[in-house]
Amino acid sequence: MNLKLYKTYFIKFQSLIALFVICLLISLLSDKFLTVSNGWNVMRQISVNVCISVGMTLIVLTAGIDLSVGSVLALCGAITAGLLSDGIGIMPVDLYIGFTLLGAILVGLFCGTFIGGFNGWVITRFNVPPFVATLAMLTIARGLTLLYTEGHPISGLGENFAYIGTGWLLGVPVPVWISALVVVAAVIITNKTRLGRYIYAIGGNESASRLSGINIGRVKIIVYAIAGGLAAIGGLMVTSRLDSAQPNAGVSYELDSIAAVVIGGASLSGGKGTILGTVLGAIIIGVLNNGLVLLNVSPFWQQVVKGMVILLAVIIDKSNAKSR
Amino acid sequence: MLVVENISKHFSGVAALDNINLEIHAGEVTAIVGENGAGKSTLMKILSGVYADYEGRVLLRGKLVTFSSPKHAQECGIAIIHQELNLIPYLSITENIFLGRELTAWGGLDKKAMRLKTLELLKRLKLNLDPDTLVVDLKVGQQQVVEIAKALLTESEVIIMDEPTSAISDNEVKVLFEIINDLRKENKAVVYISHKLDELFKIADRYVVLRDGKLIESGRMKDVQTNDIIRKMVGREVRLVRNRSSKAQNCELLEVEKLYLKNPERSGEYLLNDISFCLNKGEILGVFGLMGAGRTELLEAIFGQHPKYTSGAIRIGGKEYTYSSSIEAIKAGLALVPEDRKKDGLVLGLDVQKNIAITTLKEREVLGLLHMGMETELCEKYRSDLNIKSSSSKQTAGSLSGGNQQKIVIAKWLATHPKILLLDEPTRGIDINAKNEIYKLMLDLTGQGLGIIMVSSELPEILAVSDRVMVLSEGNVTAQIAIEEATEENILKAAIPKSI
Repeated sequence: MNLKLYKTYFIKFQSLIALFVICLLISLLSDKFLTVSNGWNVMRQISVNVCISVGMTLIVLTAGIDLSVGSVLALCGAITAGLLSDGIGIMPVDLYIGFTLLGAILVGLFCGTFIGGFNGWVITRFNVPPFVATLAMLTIARGLTLLYTEGHPISGLGENFAYIGTGWLLGVPVPVWISALVVVAAVIITNKTRLGRYIYAIGGNESASRLSGINIGRVKIIVYAIAGGLAAIGGLMVTSRLDSAQPNAGVSYELDSIAAVVIGGASLSGGKGTILGTVLGAIIIGVLNNGLVLLNVSPFWQQVVKGMVILLAVIIDKSNAKSR
Repeated sequence: MLVVENISKHFSGVAALDNINLEIHAGEVTAIVGENGAGKSTLMKILSGVYADYEGRVLLRGKLVTFSSPKHAQECGIAIIHQELNLIPYLSITENIFLGRELTAWGGLDKKAMRLKTLELLKRLKLNLDPDTLVVDLKVGQQQVVEIAKALLTESEVIIMDEPTSAISDNEVKVLFEIINDLRKENKAVVYISHKLDELFKIADRYVVLRDGKLIESGRMKDVQTNDIIRKMVGREVRLVRNRSSKAQNCELLEVEKLYLKNPERSGEYLLNDISFCLNKGEILGVFGLMGAGRTELLEAIFGQHPKYTSGAIRIGGKEYTYSSSIEAIKAGLALVPEDRKKDGLVLGLDVQKNIAITTLKEREVLGLLHMGMETELCEKYRSDLNIKSSSSKQTAGSLSGGNQQKIVIAKWLATHPKILLLDEPTRGIDINAKNEIYKLMLDLTGQGLGIIMVSSELPEILAVSDRVMVLSEGNVTAQIAIEEATEENILKAAIPKSI
């Protein structure tokens, strides 16, 4: 009985244990790993992935997927950067609209939310599989980014904007504050609100949910819009940290966030998973990335290791589910 | 043929099977009966190689066998035909039958030989179909025959059928029984699991009653009667007492007028044709029809599932209702307990409480957050009111028995305080005790003024519960009979399509 109890605890905290083991191994091999500055460094690095992955988790819980987050991140970052540095000029009438910092940020966030909502609308209105709809959006948003930036980085965004990605508040990096807020909000949404309950219900059984009077379309559109908005937040953080919007920012970020969701124990077929699990998944990926760099492992090997960790996580998850 | 000796199987300390001994003979049909959770499916899973670890011995033709996998059991000559058929929809009959054991010639598929063999098997099973037909185009009954053909191809000596008639029409049942009779003549051993006792008397030679994992009794079918078997299954006699009074109809609760439902797949055809009827407060309207009569479609159309294809007028409590979505339906005071509770009724991965709460979350929102205390209260109320047996309200719905799952579906709808309850096959696949609890609940609810429309394909159930019977046939109302005048004969007569 006791053994069984230990086992259930082990299963419950396996990602935490894995994270602990990884940290232990890296700290044995590198004396730079377990330092305060490196700790904040890792946290700052993962905050973008945490933001995106939280949105991804909500979508995956509804049995969907969003491949467009990386492109949306780039587009929204570029739009905010463009508005900050150049504003909008309407040539024929010689009208120029300048943007305040807040205005530019809000427009960026709105664009992300709108694109996400559009994804959700296409998926529900035309019954397009999420994989296909968001794959299309991945290309569209990337193309729009390249059009808008004309293929060049937009830089010179000012000190105030840089605060979002590089500043400190009460001894904690600002991106960490932002992602922590996002996580707290998402935990509350998933556990304590009607929307959260509907998300789990739809992912668990869509047809039963429809019969129960849940407006499936509305829930999905909201969820995709949230994910788009979070991608935009990620875009702001990335752009701010680099002090420039790169046209190829966020390439393959969707894969990192899906990896975090999967390592966090969510099921891609929906209905199963938690926000905190995903956060742990993102931390594991972040720590691995950081540790492998500190250990001077070649970036090519880093990819191999990351892939193997994903596989391992899923295999352990599956075998646990079986033994229960 | 097949001997089971002292078989026991435990799941985390609980005995699912307790020292079972039985013999299955060649050339006979052995019926295995028992309530849900009696151990039938566990036993079948052991015999078909799904469970490899158990206590006791299985002897096949006198030889000890231990199956390592379903495939191994199949190679030894035991085939199982599951309730949910295991066919691949977009492959042909031939391809399905030979799946995993394709014939080859010259290193490629020997399509000609496979097609010929399939033709021969289909002929033997009297299924007059082209072997190249895709399985997706077959009726459920025909798909079952394809499964049987698969079993015959592997020269199976023992064929296990799990609830084979649960999804097929009476005509298809007749065909199936003919096939089973042929199998018997070919000296195969058939194991037949079913809830429908009257069927067993038509087809089985022997019976085995399981209860709580124990073998209660076995013997020859001709020595017993339905009531004997029921008594052994539940350990006590069950009877439903119902005081009925057919009142004058006044359409005060529900009035359906000239309801049509177009067939979304074939234009110009109708699934429901000119349906008009009334439902009074406190009345149970039993709706009977054969497969394809439009029973489920009627409930779905009323519940707003096919707004684009539905036309006609529905009034609830005298008010016009637009049947545009389930949201609209719930607002109007309707509740639908669907036919397939696993597919449409429950979120199996969520716990009991969340399933019950799902329809009424809005009522317990405080400042945008769900009030957990109120939710627990609601759940506990229905758990005790409906006698839902679960270890706690946090147990996942998927781990409960069929009867308890059905009660959860009913509970989540009662939470919405409906005026009209639409029940689609409310007792399908659940044990007799739970059945009776659900009947009793239905009577209680009508006592509180609810109106109930119950679709059922079991005549005894219709006759036992309804105040009035409406019969559907091919989308038409062919009879509305007051319960005093209803008999199995006149209901069936109205249900059988005129074209046959």
